Amino acid sequence: MCQHGILYTITLQCVDRQLSVPVLLRVKNLTKTYGKFTAVDHISFEVKEGEVLGLLGPNGAGKSTTIHMLLSLLEPTEGTIEIFGKNLATDREEILQNMNFATSYSMLPHNLTPLENLKVSALLYGVKSWKEKANSLLEEFNLGAFKNARTGSLSSGEQMRLVLAKAFLNNPKLLLLDEPTSSLDPAVARDLRQKIFYKMEENGGTIMWTSHNMREIEAMCDRVIFLAHGKIVANDTPENLKKAFQENDLEEIFIAIAQQPLSSL
Amino acid sequence: MNPLHIYGIFLRNIILIRRSVGRIFGLFFFSTFELFLWGFMTLWLRDLAGKDPRVDFVFLLLTGLIFWHLFIRAQQSFSISFLEDVWSRNIMNFFATPVTRKEFIAGLALISIVQGFLSFFYITLLATVFYALNIWTLGFYVVPFFVNIFVFGWALGLIAIGLLLRFGPAFEILAFFIPMVFLPFSAVYYPVSVLPDGIQQIAFFLPTMHLFEGMRAIFAQETFPLVHALWATGLNIVYFICGLGFFAWMIRVARKKGLIARLLQD
Repeated sequence: MCQHGILYTITLQCVDRQLSVPVLLRVKNLTKTYGKFTAVDHISFEVKEGEVLGLLGPNGAGKSTTIHMLLSLLEPTEGTIEIFGKNLATDREEILQNMNFATSYSMLPHNLTPLENLKVSALLYGVKSWKEKANSLLEEFNLGAFKNARTGSLSSGEQMRLVLAKAFLNNPKLLLLDEPTSSLDPAVARDLRQKIFYKMEENGGTIMWTSHNMREIEAMCDRVIFLAHGKIVANDTPENLKKAFQENDLEEIFIAIAQQPLSSL
Repeated sequence: MNPLHIYGIFLRNIILIRRSVGRIFGLFFFSTFELFLWGFMTLWLRDLAGKDPRVDFVFLLLTGLIFWHLFIRAQQSFSISFLEDVWSRNIMNFFATPVTRKEFIAGLALISIVQGFLSFFYITLLATVFYALNIWTLGFYVVPFFVNIFVFGWALGLIAIGLLLRFGPAFEILAFFIPMVFLPFSAVYYPVSVLPDGIQQIAFFLPTMHLFEGMRAIFAQETFPLVHALWATGLNIVYFICGLGFFAWMIRVARKKGLIARLLQD
């Protein structure tokens, strides 16, 4: 992972370095249709080991559908997903063992304590030292003081920290983050971004990150894929995208893409 | 009082009821269920009154009740454990783990056994203390009884979970009340011969009917009801395989239609 995450500086050296590293995730011709509606339309992309890839797009662009297919929650209509060199359709358990995810849309059970939640999740991921891992992650994510409180009594920021702590239980080689900071205030969001960055540095893991916060994506991601109407409309580093679209920031590119009619794609 | 406010509250609930098969089912099910159960029970009591003084009603009814509750606990523990994840909006987290279908079913079966036996031993103790009931007069028959009660509960639990996955929380009423559908036809509190002929033929395909008929046979003749035990076991094997197949099918449908993530929104 590149060191530019927190500093808001982007260097193309990071991308050059990526050329020599192996591909961790390979998506080929991925498609999801519901009747006549196409949510994801023949997309293909790769993510290399250690890379942080941003997946952007307006609401309904197909970001969450793509993430759900990568998590095996949703079966693709067409196409293949290879993670760690294995086919997700046939090696689901083996792949998920080394992956994890966090989303602001799915919190952990409110009627369990944070410690209980992490212990249960650690067991589901087959973490052998589950008690120690749960306790150490609670401390790392500053939740130690609340570990025996009801999860439902925590603030949304604390609950999101817990979800992220869950996502690191199995030291994932691939971490999928679906709008992890969408419901948080800027200070908590920044704190969480730092936590994620340092944890992934420690693990040497790869991240795929969806967000509507362009500053966050620019700060954290080596490369960005823009989706619109289920199709990939741009795939490059944030710096190259700004040059290509002749815009000053990703937000302007986002708005330009979001306003494009389907026929122009 | 503002009638619009009252209508607003009324309308909100009518909309919910109209959209929920489970709620509509609940509206009509309980009255039908009570009618059949107590109707058959009354028929049996009327036929027996004064005819056979050896029949110990308290013993028969309480034993039936205890084992029926074990069945309810076996089925509900299984289905409600899944519903807990739906209610706590944890379903996505759960389905994204490397847990296999077999492990999931084994985990639910284990919690069902623990809860089932806890409840069973508690109610048996109460019945022994207050009514001098000795359930162990069933002897070796308790073994096939226990096994079959649990397996049928799990088969129904798998179907309830499958329907929950497919149709969402609108079907959660099934998780609680699916066993009730079978109660009037399972000959729990009265012999199957009380049921009309057509219904007896349907009841024949219920493992619970064979189990409870077997129980009564032991009390009446003190012989091991091998035929009933074999029928219950055979039917359960078929139903459990069907339950597994249905559950696997619903998982596939849920993955195809994106229903797992939708459970978070319902």
